[in-house]
Order: sequence, then C-alpha cells, then structure tokens
Amino acid sequence: MIEKVTKVVKKKRAKFTESLIHEIAQAAQRHDLDDDELDELVKRVKKAYERAKIEAGEAVGTVAAQSVGEPGTQMTMRTFHYAGVAELNVTLGLPRLIEIVDARKKISTPTMAIFFEDEYRNDEEFVRTIANQIGKSTMNDILQDFHINYAENNVVAELNMEKIADKRLNFDDIINRVEKAFKKVQIDNNLLSFEPAKSSIRELRLLADKVRDLQISGVKNIGRVVIRKEEEEWVIHTEGSNLGAVLKMEGVDKVRTTTNDIHEVEKVLGVEAARNAIIHEAQRTMDEQGLTVDVRHIMLVADMMTADGSVKSIGRHGISGEKASVLARASFEETGKHLLRASIRGEIDHLTGIIENIIIGQPIPLGTGSVGVVMKQK
Amino acid sequence: MRGILKKISQIDFGLMSPEDIRKMSVTKIVTPDTYDEDGYPIENGLMDPRLGVIDPSLKCRTCASKGGECQGHFGSINLARPVIHVGFADTIHKILRSTCHSCGRILLTDSEIVDYREKFDTLIRNEESLTSIIKEVYTVARRDKCPHCEEDQEDVKIDKPVSIVEGNYKLTPSEVRERLETIPDSDALLLGVNALPDKDGNRIARPEWMVLTVLPVPPVTVRPSITLETGERSEDDLTHKLVDILRINQRLKENMEAGAPQLIVEDLWELLQYHVTTYFDNEASGVPPARHRSGRPLKTLAQRLKGKEGRFRSNLSGKRVNFSARTVISPDPNISINEVGVPEIIATEVTVPVYVTEWNIEEMKQCILNGPKVHPGANYAIRPDERKIRIYEETKEAVVDKIEPGWVVERHLKDGDIVLFNRQPSLHRMSMMAHEVRVLPYKTFRLNLCVCPPYNADFDGDEMNMHVFQTEESRAEAKSLMRVQEHILSPRFGGPIIGGIHDHISGAYLLTRKRAIFTEEQVFQILKKAKLPIPNRTGENWTGKQIFSQVLPKDMNIVYKAEICRKCDDCLKRECKNDAYVVIEDGQLLTGVIDEKAYGAFAGKILDHIVKEYGTDRAREFLDASTKLAVSGIMKAGFTTSTNDEEIPQEAKERIEVHLDNAEKKVDQLIEAYDNNELEALPGRSLEETLEMKIMQVLGEARDKSGEIAESYFDINENHAVIMALTGARGSMLNLTQITACVGQQAVRGGRIDRGYSERTLPHFQKRELGAKARGFVHSSYKEGLDPIEFFFHAMGGREGLVDTAIRTAQSGYMQRRLVNALQDLNVKEDGKVTDNRGVIIQTVYGEDLVDPAKSDYGKVVDLDKLIDEMRIKTGK
Repeated sequence: MIEKVTKVVKKKRAKFTESLIHEIAQAAQRHDLDDDELDELVKRVKKAYERAKIEAGEAVGTVAAQSVGEPGTQMTMRTFHYAGVAELNVTLGLPRLIEIVDARKKISTPTMAIFFEDEYRNDEEFVRTIANQIGKSTMNDILQDFHINYAENNVVAELNMEKIADKRLNFDDIINRVEKAFKKVQIDNNLLSFEPAKSSIRELRLLADKVRDLQISGVKNIGRVVIRKEEEEWVIHTEGSNLGAVLKMEGVDKVRTTTNDIHEVEKVLGVEAARNAIIHEAQRTMDEQGLTVDVRHIMLVADMMTADGSVKSIGRHGISGEKASVLARASFEETGKHLLRASIRGEIDHLTGIIENIIIGQPIPLGTGSVGVVMKQK
Repeated sequence: MRGILKKISQIDFGLMSPEDIRKMSVTKIVTPDTYDEDGYPIENGLMDPRLGVIDPSLKCRTCASKGGECQGHFGSINLARPVIHVGFADTIHKILRSTCHSCGRILLTDSEIVDYREKFDTLIRNEESLTSIIKEVYTVARRDKCPHCEEDQEDVKIDKPVSIVEGNYKLTPSEVRERLETIPDSDALLLGVNALPDKDGNRIARPEWMVLTVLPVPPVTVRPSITLETGERSEDDLTHKLVDILRINQRLKENMEAGAPQLIVEDLWELLQYHVTTYFDNEASGVPPARHRSGRPLKTLAQRLKGKEGRFRSNLSGKRVNFSARTVISPDPNISINEVGVPEIIATEVTVPVYVTEWNIEEMKQCILNGPKVHPGANYAIRPDERKIRIYEETKEAVVDKIEPGWVVERHLKDGDIVLFNRQPSLHRMSMMAHEVRVLPYKTFRLNLCVCPPYNADFDGDEMNMHVFQTEESRAEAKSLMRVQEHILSPRFGGPIIGGIHDHISGAYLLTRKRAIFTEEQVFQILKKAKLPIPNRTGENWTGKQIFSQVLPKDMNIVYKAEICRKCDDCLKRECKNDAYVVIEDGQLLTGVIDEKAYGAFAGKILDHIVKEYGTDRAREFLDASTKLAVSGIMKAGFTTSTNDEEIPQEAKERIEVHLDNAEKKVDQLIEAYDNNELEALPGRSLEETLEMKIMQVLGEARDKSGEIAESYFDINENHAVIMALTGARGSMLNLTQITACVGQQAVRGGRIDRGYSERTLPHFQKRELGAKARGFVHSSYKEGLDPIEFFFHAMGGREGLVDTAIRTAQSGYMQRRLVNALQDLNVKEDGKVTDNRGVIIQTVYGEDLVDPAKSDYGKVVDLDKLIDEMRIKTGK
C-alpha cells in the first residue's frame, strides 16, 4: 500500500513526508479506497498541504516560545504527582517544564522505564532478577534477626535465606560485599557478627547502623524499583537513573528503555537522542496537565537547545548568554557585564536580530519587515 | 510619516582612551559647585553652559542649537591620581595574573600563543563567542615562571572590589596601570582586550585604559536638575556623585602639591577610588553604597541601565507611545467579534492622520468645521511644510479656508477605523489584535464576548489598551494579519481559541434541544435579532435545530459527539437518548444539540470546520450570527439558577449520609489495622505512607460516590445549573456535588492536612489522631454549611491555592521571558529552513514537515478521514 501511495504521490508531483504517506496508506486501507479515489485523495491532500505550508519570514521562534510559555500560567505548581505508577513520585507541571528548559544537570526526580527484549518480556522471573540487580537493597532488607550484644561487644545479624532467595540475590556475593566493607566480621553460615574498631557503646551503635545500611546490590544512582505489568509485558520503573549501566544489562530492550534525565541521554546516546528526550519530556509534561501544544513548537525549542551539538539551557547561561549581539544580551540580563566586556573586546553589533532593531528604532528583520521592494531601473 | 532615510548597519563597541576623552571634552570641570548665588551656572562647574542646554529658550554655547535640539556635550575631569574602573577590576586582576610582572608578556609559551591565535581567528571569523576560550587562556596562563624572561611570578589576588594584591603588597592603581602598559598589543588580544591597531593606527582598547586618568563628565541633558515648587533646585544623583569626586580630587591634588604625608595622600586616593567606584556602580559587592542625604542609595550609571526599570528594558526595548487609550472594558453581544466599542470621549482625543486629496477634501473640511469637540471632528492640521496647527473652536474657519490637497488632517477616530487592542499580560500573539472601531456612548471599551478567551478578559474591572495606527502601511498590515477573525485558530494547537462562552452555550443548548419548538412569530423574532434573512411564511412551527441550521453553510457535513455525551458503552448514534450525537447534513442540523463542542472556545468542532473549509470571513459571520441566535434562544426560554438547583430530596441526603459514614468507618478500620500492625505495606512505601494513601483513596471514592448519588437526582431538563455544567457553559458536576453532597478532603502539599499543633491539627483532637475529620475531611456540603473545624481546614486548602497562583505567575512569566528571548530571532527562509540571526541553521525543515501549526488541523496537515468522507459524499458513494 505504501508503495502504491508513494507512486501516486510521485505522479502528482507532491512532496509529502514519509509519515504523511504512511497515514494516507493507512487511511486508504481503512476506507478501502479504489485507485481513482486514492488519486483524488492525494490531489486534495496536496492542496491542503500547500495551504498549510509555513510562510517565509514567519516569526516561528516567538510563536513557539509563546505557545510553550502561555500554558505555563495554567499549570499546577504541585511538584509531586503520581504518574501512572502510584508508588513513584515524579516532578510534573510547571516545575518540571522549567527544569527541562533550564537543562538542569541534577533533576529533582530522575526516573527510568526499563523495557525488555521480546524473549524476556513476559518472563516475570527474569524481570524480577534484573529488578533486584538494579534496585538498591541493603542488609536491612534481608535480615532475619538483628541485635546489639552489649555484653560481648558485638553486633549480631542473622540473614534470612528466604528473603535472599525472594530478592534473587546470591548469598556468596553478599558475603563478599560484607567482608569488603567490614574488617572485623565473623561469618558462621547465615549468622554474622561484627566487632567495632574501638570498644565503646557509641561505636557499637554506629556500627549497627552501618551494617543495616550496607548496600548489597543495585546499580549506582538507582534507588527503589517498581515492577509493573503494562499492556502484557513487564516493565521496571526506577527511582534514580543510570542509563549507561542499565543498557549494558542483558535482556534490556536498548530501544525503548528510557530515562527522564536529559543530560544522561546526551551522555549515553548523543545530542540527537537528547533532542528527542527534550521533546518527549516536554510533551509528556504538557499532556499530563491536559494542555495541547503542537509538537512543532516543542521541536523548535528542543532544536534550539541542541543546535550546536550539546544541550544548552534557555537563559543567561545558555542560549541567551551566547547571542552574537551585544545589545540583545545586554537587554536580557547582566546588562553591565555584557557592555563592559563588549568594550574591551571591541565587539561589533551587526544589528541582525529582533531586539537590537527595536532598540535602535528600525523595522525588525522578520515577517513583513524581512521583505523589501526593489524598483527596476529602465 | 517618513520612511527610513538611513539605516544603521552596525554598532562598534570600544574603550575610550584618555586622549579620546579629552578630545571629546568641551571643557575641563574643576569647581565642585553647580550654580552661583544668582542661580547662574558656574564656568568650569558641573553645570557649565558649554555642556549643553535643556531650556528651550536658550542657545547652546557649543553647538548653537536650541535647548531640546542640543543633545549635550561631554566635559572631563583630570583625576589627580589614576583609579581603577570597577567594571574592569576583575578583568584587570585576571590579566595581571596571566602576564609577567617584569616583561609584561603573557605567560604562555610561544607555541601556545600561536595555537590560541589560530583558535581566536577562527572564532572571530565565525562570529562565535570568545568567552570560553578567554577563560581557558586565563587558566592556562597561570605560571610560576615567565616563559619569556624566566622571571619567577608571584601570585596576584583581588581583594574585592578594586584592590589588586601581589603577594602581600597592595598595588596602587598607578602601578597597575604601569604594568598594563607593558603588555604588548598581540598578547592583550589573547587576554580579551582587543588592542590591535587598525590601518589608521587607532585602537579599540588598551589594557591600561581600564585604569582611569581622565573621567568623562556627561552633559547636563543626561543629569537634568529639577526645580521644585519652592524654587529650590534638586540635582540629579549623578551630579551629586560628580560633586563628591571633584571635591576629593581637589583635596587630593592640594595635599599632593603641599607635600602632605604619604598616609594622608593614600587615604584621599582611596576615597577618590570609592567615589569613582560608586559613580559607576553603586551596587558593587564589597562597597557600601553611596547614599543621598535622605538615606536612599544613589542611582548611578550601572543602576540606570540595569534591570526591569533600567534604560534597556524600560526605555529601549519598550517605549511610551502617543495615540493610545486605556479604559475599563464591558461586554456588548451586539457588535461583531471584529469590532471594538470606543467611547466617544476617546474617539475625539486619539486621531488618525489623513492626507487631504481632491477626493476627501470636503469630508476633511467638514471634520475641521466640527472642531475638536464634536465627534467626527479633527484636532490638528499639518501643513505641507510639516507645521502642525491645532484646531480650536475659534480658529477652525480660518484653517478650513487654507486647507488643500497636500495637507494632513488629524481627524477623530470614526466607525470602521482599524485599531490595535491589547490586554496585559500579553502572553501570546492573540493578546494584541486589530479591531474595527465602533464609536459608542458611555465611557468603556465594548467587546464581543467571543474574544474574551484569547485576551483572557472578564468584566470585573479589567482595563484594556487601544492604539491607533498612524500610517497606511501599518493599517494595511494590521487588517490582513492582525484582525480578530484571522486569529480564530490558535497557533498553539491549530484549533479555535475564539468562540462562544457561558450563555452562548447554554443558550444554544436551550435552542436546539429536542423539546424546543417555536412558533413562526418567535422564529422570525429570533432570526431578526440575529440579522438573518427572514424566510417565507409557511404557518408551521419550527424546531430549534431548524433555526440553528440557518447559520450553517448550506453544504456543510459533519458528525461528532456533543459535550453532553455520556460516553455510553454502546453508542446509539442518531438514536442517542441524550441527543448528544450531532449530525449535520447539507447544512441541516438533523440530530444532536449545540453545546461547547460545537462552537465553544478551545473546543468548537463546527467553528473549526467552518474556519478551515470556508475561510475566516465565513467563520466570523457564523460566530456573530450563532451567538446572537443563542442569546435569543436563552431569552425565549428564560434562564436562571439559584441554590434551589442544588436541592436534593431528603432520601438522597440520607443515602449520602449513610455512604459517608461507611467511608469514615472504613477509614477507622484502616487505622485500627495499622495500629494493630496488620496493615501490609505497599512495595517501597513505609507503613505510614501506605495508610495515608489508602485513606486518601477511600475518602476520595466516598466523595465521588456521594456526588454520584446526588447527580442521579439531577435532571438536565429541569435544572439550569446542570445544563450549564453538562453543556460546558460554566461550572462542573464536581462543583455541583460539592454544593449538594460533600465537599471532600482538603489537601495541603498534596496530602491530608497534618500541620498545626504538635502531632495534631487542632487541639480538638487527640494527639496522633488519624481519623477522617481530624485530618481535614469536610463531610458537609457547601449548602449545609461547614462546621468551624471544617471551615478552618477548608481555609487552609484555599490559602495554598492562592499562594500557588501567585508563585506560579511569577515563575511562568520568567520562563516565558527566557523562552521568547532565546527564540525570537528565528526566521523561516523561503525553502523552509529555520535559521537564527547569525545564519546558524536550527532546523533544515520547519517542524519536520513545513506545516504551520496555525493553519494545520490540530497539528495534522489534514484530517484524512474527514477528507475521505467528504469526497465520498460529493461523489455520492
């Protein structure tokens, strides 16, 4: 069907995007169009496409900025909200949107959605094992009994083999970790007794806390994990994020597994992926609030943020601070700094932007101001 | 009214050398006084007449032009000792740290210098920012030993704001200047100072120019003094500061000449440094701000430029304008969406300049004869030599006689003129639209209710601004691009943002619901009101749907589900019991009611269809006519609401009561389970969190369920409040159930209320009490009334909402400012490429498919299903 549509489109000398051709093909199938009808449809779509085309000189940037910014007033401030997974808190609403355009290095609630390859997708056992490898577990999670023996000046911990099995952990690995972390430890099967470095009650109590909080498994930067069955497959949601490490794990779907940390996406998968992550995250934030913003606006914001090969923030430390024009920078923020710097560097303002021309009182080079009239001499 | 004669092509920035400052100066300023006893400016004083004049009756001694035309001339002060410019103190420090103290060369090896020079050249060629590379040079060029003269380097530190310390010795500004002088031009470039001479030997900057030896004195036009009513003169802050500088400078000079002890000279020098520092920037860190006698900090140079009220943002990026008006707005459903009602008093004040031609000379003469007070009059006439003549009652006849083609008459605003209309905050482009003027009596701007959503306006005292275009070009541009009808579709999502609201929607519902039958007389009244053609008499009754069909395009076909649709599992389509399945065939509304989904702002399907298929003119006509029909409809049926609409029978109340009691009992059971440690924690949650979540869930369900009970007693056919809620006109079912059944849980910070006294919310409860009531569950309905405890919790929740809104507006406002600032220079080229003003390509194809969202169908090029349906209807399949 797609080939057929492509052929017709070519015949009609229309330039459609791939996704539009796909849509036409799907629609044609759905409505069972015959050849003449398809011809007519393509003709009409072509007409509509011509009409909907963007005009040269349109102030797309300003429109995009307004379209993203205007709904901000209608968004909630509540930082925490439940997004699908009741057990996890995710920042949403205006604070999240600000976080995205700020390109924050440390986002307030990093989270991952880990998907699995076809053969493991429905394998609950496998997913649980992986989940326990990823999620942070401490000694506290696998204790059967735990007490401080003041008389003998030691801390006694009894491990619960059932809990270890339930968490799909390896007993030897745990013992290794324990031995690595504590020097004075005696291991008798599942009975561990720890001795403090100095013998004092204070030390003993501190040691007890240390033993309990010892991390025995998990990927760095990832805290709790939640396993959920979503549309006939098992998915792991995490608190905290470490895309690089998770993608290396076996069975993890490298294509669909994501994080909401844009800088991490950039680091692991590159700017193009970061651009898509910005679009996806911003759109999700908007959708969740029931606000519709055309993707093209968000795309433009994302493309602006990633245009020079790295993720830059919107604001004085990013795009606005690196503008070519002195006047544009001075009129945004840190006026004095930019003027002084321009003077010693001998910067030249070519007055090609909007704000510069407003400042000096000339028509702006956009829209009707971007065209001129030339008179032909006879 | 002239075109651009000259275009500024670029602005060069640079430092001024002491010679430049002296060359520019028209006089040396020596005396720290301004005026003598007679009130005349003192020669060589700060108000020296050679610095320019403000008084229009005087002539400038330097340029011989009148006050007002003379922009002023700089003077200069010779500083007794050099001082460091605060703004450059940081740069000076970094430069000294990166250069050799004995030979003045940059502390980079020769190969590094070549490397960096190359990098600099590429960056400059590409017009990219040098900031990061200069920063790199500053860090690399911190060596202990000079690579050029092998001299050991001592660490140079900065003691904020302006002291430069080498080791333990504090360098004087003179010494700093001497060192900076030794830096070669080519090395200075790498340090961020463009000192390379051009072909005429002129330099943009030299490092030593950052240490001032001569201070420019700005002309009086920059720092005008004001005369108070008492005759007392009050000087500008800058003048005050310059007086301070001059005084200390004088004293320093005298002391030096008298050979005063080093200590005293140094103290005075430091004082001079302080005054010059605060003259440039009175908010520099580490310096106590210089204060006015009253204790108010002075507003010096940096403060004048900086921030929201500074020169850049307040005077350069935005300017005050003439020909504008502002007043309260009020609604007028009888004018078109394209129009704005302008009070006569405003119409006689703001004017439109009209060129007098042979064709309009009679009309213009009539305007002048009407004078400035009678409405379609005129206020000024401009002669061909550009002299402006004010028209008075007494002089109007004289002006009329003289007027001829070539003159310009500034006539009053009249019906049909195009004006710009705006409501702040101007968050999107629909906040400024062009309207046609309708001059109306009374004193408020009148606007059609359909344009409230884009402006986000209501009539509780809102004010709006109007601007009158002064050129033909701007009028033409506004008419084709900015008119209201061109903005029915929002570029944000490609759907309508202008549309019916409130009574338009309930009115349309009343008009088009099944039982609405009208006699022919009534129909004619309604149609007449909407200015629709009156059909021939048939003597038969009309249905409301037939009436509404009169405003639909004759060939329109559309099918959709109305707002009142209950989303039944099994849709009966045309046989829908609620009449929610809307079918329009060939412009006839066959089934379904008209409500928010039909032509409401943000949701209107019919409206959307008309704009996209029939154009904006047709859409405007449709909106104007359909809203009038709706208003007639609501007036025929009568519409009112009171608390009686929220009345439910005793039986319902009892059912709700039982239900809520059960829920509260359930909560108690949960708490008991928790107390007995029988509660099972959710994965990854503590027991307490689990309990909270479960209780919230139970109470939420309780509210919903009691709402449902109340709802089942509401009848859309009888109850006007329900009509409003279901059709989307105003209010929601939640509002109604809160009034009738139960207000529900009050929340602070997303959870139940848990603040107040230690371990309890109010002293009326036990410590650690977790029950529904103790944590802010409001069991009562608004109609019953809240008890004091509930009222208090409700106020807590309400307060959070208010605080939230206040913070949110500030935050989102700043975010939007940043977004606009970052993206404003983007431009679409003819081939769909998106570039910024440097020419950097941001997108190769706008939006990946070149589609303008404002012209799209909710983001799509076209709705294919709709297109196919339409196609088939035409071909008859």
